[in-house]
Amino acid sequence: MAADPRKKPQPARGANKARSPWREQAESYFTHHRKVAEDSARRLWRNPVASLMTWTVMGVALALPVALLLLLTSLQGVSAGWESSARVTAYIELTVPLERARVLSSDIASDGRVAGVELVDRDQALEEFRASSGLEDALDYLEDNPLPHTLLITPEEGARSTEGVEGLVRFIEGMEGVERVQVDLGWLQRLNAMTDLLARAVWALAILLAAAVVLVIGNTVRLSIESRRDEILVAKLVGGTDSFVRRPFLYTGAWFGLGGGIVALILLQLSLWWLSGPIERLAGLYRSDFSLDGLQFDGALALIIVAMLLGWLGAWVAVKRHLDDMEPGDIAGGG
Amino acid sequence: MIEFRQVTKRYDSDHTALRQVNFGLERGELAFLTGHSGAGKSTLLKLIMVMERPSAGEVVVGGQVLNRLPRRQIPYIRRHIGVVFQNHQLLFDRTVFDNVAMPLEVMGASPRDTGRRVRAALDKVGLLQKEKMNPMQLSGGEQQRVGIARAVVNKPPVLLADEPTGNLDPALSADIMNLFGQFSQVGVTVLIATHDIALINEMGRRTLKLDHGRLVAGGTSVIGGGVSGR
Repeated sequence: MAADPRKKPQPARGANKARSPWREQAESYFTHHRKVAEDSARRLWRNPVASLMTWTVMGVALALPVALLLLLTSLQGVSAGWESSARVTAYIELTVPLERARVLSSDIASDGRVAGVELVDRDQALEEFRASSGLEDALDYLEDNPLPHTLLITPEEGARSTEGVEGLVRFIEGMEGVERVQVDLGWLQRLNAMTDLLARAVWALAILLAAAVVLVIGNTVRLSIESRRDEILVAKLVGGTDSFVRRPFLYTGAWFGLGGGIVALILLQLSLWWLSGPIERLAGLYRSDFSLDGLQFDGALALIIVAMLLGWLGAWVAVKRHLDDMEPGDIAGGG
Repeated sequence: MIEFRQVTKRYDSDHTALRQVNFGLERGELAFLTGHSGAGKSTLLKLIMVMERPSAGEVVVGGQVLNRLPRRQIPYIRRHIGVVFQNHQLLFDRTVFDNVAMPLEVMGASPRDTGRRVRAALDKVGLLQKEKMNPMQLSGGEQQRVGIARAVVNKPPVLLADEPTGNLDPALSADIMNLFGQFSQVGVTVLIATHDIALINEMGRRTLKLDHGRLVAGGTSVIGGGVSGR
């Protein structure tokens, strides 16, 4: 309001600085925000142990669901990879001769939903079994070959959905001479169902932990409000608006969030590094390209932003509960 | 500047702090508010500060009826009212300068403006050299003067004081009263609640006397358009 309107706006120094009133207003508004933000951060630094404890609590609470979500994402990637290699196995009745099995095979191959059919005749199957099971001697005691002719059917790309495969299975089961149809997808569906269930559990956990974070920050900010009671009362007394009085505490909450987010990232990286060796070995044993991926840059950024929002929200809860009804009435005393 | 119209404040059924109080204070008028303790002095000041709302009647400050003022407007009214307390309410976690700067900071004044006005206010109360000190290092009289500097730093049209000389010796009290006199001369409406009869007599100003919530002396002047003498 004391800006001199006669001078042109220019980056001059000292009392000669003159700008349009709204610019001056905006500038002092941002200056104030920066000042409050810095002051809130400094207050946290001044109590490093207490702040670090809050950050750690928050970091653990954030890292846990994020780690589980990462694991889940990796698992889903694996099952998606296997889904494309889904195969249907049809066992032909033992009494059916090889020629009839060939006919069945070509019948199935001519179906639009089928990409390819491989016939494994019973002698061939026995040889393979003998070779891979190590039960040669035991098999020699059998009089007859107990294995049936088998058709290995690869569904067409478009028929690889759960419904498509089910329809194909029904069709093959309906054919004469087919004893039983088995889908490799069974266990995959179970895995999918399990990861779906797990995903829900993880999200529920994430929501609970987020609520816990909000409450922890809320409580910490409440203490900080109590310790700055005099200042709040004076600010309200000299005409500080509610948002002015809230501001430092909202910043405090956001800084708690930032620290918590960083701690969470560190914890995630550490545990990932610690687990990476065993996971590689395990994946190698399963001949899988499974890998547990850490957070990318955008993921890390999102984690930190979410953490800051949660901290801000916690501060907001505390401020709503404890600050707004603080009135300077009791300052004036009785009389 | 300040007008009370038939103001009654009832805290609960058996405690009535103010009963049908009528009075008006002109711009630039300095008046004392006196009465036994519990007579309703603080309640009256709180009504002006909108810390309390009247049970009946109207409180008008600067032409604005405070009764119907929405809650979020209250801060803006308070920026036009400087207050000085007996226990001065200074903050000991910051310098004298920062204490005095609070009303300006709240308004969003620019740092440059703030510096200029805080120094002017400190100069007015004679504490310019102590701006960097902590209020804790100051004497009682100096602390009270910092409180006054804070109350007047944004040049409010109304200045309220609740027992501003309560803890001070007579010489310091006279100093402080002098300051209040100077503010009223530049057009600030000053209302001082005090027990200090000697001081009141010495100043020879208008005195509002409360007795069990009733205004028994110094009442009504602005009402009906009449202008009080000064």
